[in-house]
Amino acid sequence: METSEKLPQDIGAFHRQRVGIGSWFQSGDPWIWLTATAVGACIVAVLGLLGLIAFKGLAHFWPADVVTIDYESEYGEFRVAGEVVQREFIGRDQYMEAGSSATPFEGEQVERWMIKSGNRKINAPDFRWVYRHEIVQQRKDQNMIVFERAEWGNAYGTLVGIREQGQSIAHDEPWVELQQRIDRVSDLRDQARRIQKGSINRINYKLEKLRLEKRNRELRGIVNHSDIENEREQLNAEYVVEERRLRGITSQLERDGIEIQIADGRISTIPMRHIIRAWRPNEMSLWKKLGHYLSSIWIFLSQESREANTEGGVFPALFGTVLMVLLMSVLVTPFGVIAALYLREYAKQGPFVQLIRIAVNNLAGVPSIVYGVFGLGFFVYLVGGSIDDLFFKAAQPAPTFGTPGLMWASLTLALLTVPVVIVSTEEGLTRIPSELREGSLALGATKAETMFKIILPMASPSILTGVILAIARAAGEVAPLMLVGVVKLAPTLPIDGNFPFLHLDRKFMHLGFHIYDLGFQSPNVDAARPLVFATAFLLVLIIVALNLTAITLRNRLEARYRGAML
Amino acid sequence: MMKENDKSMDGSARVKLDSTLVGSTESVSPDQLPETETCLNVQDLSLYYGDKIALQDITMRIPRKRVTALIGPSGCGKSTLIRCFNRMNDLIDSVRIEGRIELNGLEIHDKEVDVSQLRRRVGMVFQRPNPFPKTIYENVAYGLRLSEKLPKSELDDRVEWGLKSAALWDEVQDRLNDSALGLSGGQQQRLVIARAVAVKPSVLLLDEPASALDPISTLKIEELIAQLKADYTIVIVTHNMQQAARVSDYTGFLYLGEMIEFDSTVTIFTNPQEQKTEDYITGRYG
Repeated sequence: METSEKLPQDIGAFHRQRVGIGSWFQSGDPWIWLTATAVGACIVAVLGLLGLIAFKGLAHFWPADVVTIDYESEYGEFRVAGEVVQREFIGRDQYMEAGSSATPFEGEQVERWMIKSGNRKINAPDFRWVYRHEIVQQRKDQNMIVFERAEWGNAYGTLVGIREQGQSIAHDEPWVELQQRIDRVSDLRDQARRIQKGSINRINYKLEKLRLEKRNRELRGIVNHSDIENEREQLNAEYVVEERRLRGITSQLERDGIEIQIADGRISTIPMRHIIRAWRPNEMSLWKKLGHYLSSIWIFLSQESREANTEGGVFPALFGTVLMVLLMSVLVTPFGVIAALYLREYAKQGPFVQLIRIAVNNLAGVPSIVYGVFGLGFFVYLVGGSIDDLFFKAAQPAPTFGTPGLMWASLTLALLTVPVVIVSTEEGLTRIPSELREGSLALGATKAETMFKIILPMASPSILTGVILAIARAAGEVAPLMLVGVVKLAPTLPIDGNFPFLHLDRKFMHLGFHIYDLGFQSPNVDAARPLVFATAFLLVLIIVALNLTAITLRNRLEARYRGAML
Repeated sequence: MMKENDKSMDGSARVKLDSTLVGSTESVSPDQLPETETCLNVQDLSLYYGDKIALQDITMRIPRKRVTALIGPSGCGKSTLIRCFNRMNDLIDSVRIEGRIELNGLEIHDKEVDVSQLRRRVGMVFQRPNPFPKTIYENVAYGLRLSEKLPKSELDDRVEWGLKSAALWDEVQDRLNDSALGLSGGQQQRLVIARAVAVKPSVLLLDEPASALDPISTLKIEELIAQLKADYTIVIVTHNMQQAARVSDYTGFLYLGEMIEFDSTVTIFTNPQEQKTEDYITGRYG
């Protein structure tokens, strides 16, 4: 009987006794909440960042409606047409300080719109603020056309007439005629570009080669170079032919022009060769706008930049970034893996190796600009200068490799990221069970055979992890690149049709530097701002894409070796 | 020394040694076998880890095409000794070896010896199954590819022969190109044996080959050892005395790095000469 009476009390001993804030802390629940909140904050921050740059960047390509606005300020009445790119409120004080107190308004805040009215060189400025309460009337004109010009940004206006060789010509459907003539100009422009980038570029490249060859012979004391002279004559003749073709195309480009009427009623003439695209956003359907939107994005990705990078596309920068990162990976992977193999497999473990390991880990923390300075001093001036002295004497005093370029940028970034690859490869090597090494050795494999056939394949997921981290770091670096090879505008891509096709000595463009250049060095900040976001978004996408590729590959390899790691 | 130990005993009845457990009928002491019957001849072998001595003056003659078991309590040096036979201890920097080990009359520590070739002659199977993360076929072909440049058809034949020797062929012949990691523990261990056998060694070293396996897999491994004995000299380390009694012809008892007794399994298990051996076998320590 006694035991059965005691029983409930025993059970009660398991139940929660204390209630209150103290026991809540003791239970550990606050800790769970704290950690979960931290993770949540991180996710919100990342998504917010991506969302902001994605929205700001991608919205730029949408063909927004053109609004014609009549407004009345203290300086008089104006009419302006353009896209509303930003709406914001400013406080009364700020408004008063701006000096425009002539127009009365109510409330503590003033709404103002930023209008992209374009028409630079016709009707400056191309961006202007309009106060909401000053607007008398706003409407959307169906005939309003947006012209994307090769120079001076967009133009907004209605089409008045088309000119051919200075003469106005009448047309039943001027819009259709305009599109046809834009297509014609676009074709001609492509032809001209093909000649310039193709044959003329090739001839120039060959001529430069000949000049160097001749100089080389002179340095060696050979005086007879009639063969070179002959070849040069031939190339010069070819050049003249190509140049004449080019000039013919250029003169054809000059044929047409258009007259537009801008919002304030003035008529302006634009040469047809300046017009890249024209569209009427106010009368476009949603589908048409979507098509236009996608083609704008494609142009952004596939074309070269114009107007000090504030117009056109980012293709050279995109190309340069990817190429540089790939080259960097090709350089850093073997280098890091070999170093890790030595440290883990061959070197006798001791204080000295430990010291090296610590040094390698610390290298990862050196500021990247320091690597840039080192790259410039060591790679560019010392190594590059020596290469020039040894192999490119003919080109001197102009440097070939002794100047910042693609190879030095890739090498500098490889140096910057090699600690990451070493550390993660070493981690992978230590995780391989010793039974597998012994199993291979016991079958008569040498250490090297074991390494190549068993250890390296099994360490490959870890090696790839290192490469992923290296790519993520390298693709986003800008500071060192500014010293060792990146430029604002590269005349040619590092890969072209001239032997040896990959030109490691050339300077290149890079998305990271492009962002910096657009954001801080641009002559037209308002025009460049959306491109800053678009380029930043693109850079993030590239890094994500490169990482995802490597991560997929790693996961596939990991799945293969998972069972052996137990 | 032994006698002192004997005196200290309390005199209670000993567990009777059971000769029916012993599977072998060999009764001749290995020292009395003719010289030609000796496969591995170990003389005054001492091994040091740095300053610490791990094996002390081991002398034994391991007979050809027989199963020799090494028994003893944990840490007595069984595994260290068996790893001397294919020079796996070379991998440890601090190890120093004195004395001689002759394989078929040739000193294995000789400068002229190619360690890789030695290890092809002396195959080894480890305690935990360690198949490579490759296909079943590639696991068996691994050693063959290293040593011999065989055409594809011969390679196939040798792989099949190896798997048949390890009594695994029937179970895996339809999935040779599957990952070896998908096999069960017992199958993996037989695959590892197949891998070792495929290179046609003359000696097989088995370092506790069944200790990580279930009883049925253990039984299969033991049956396999009995079959392989016909063609190979087998040295097996085990701390399962029943297993030693079942599978071996000769048994050596190691204690604290010393070879206390090495004789035919029948003698060791029924009539041990040393008190320590008897104490260990009857379960007094270890």
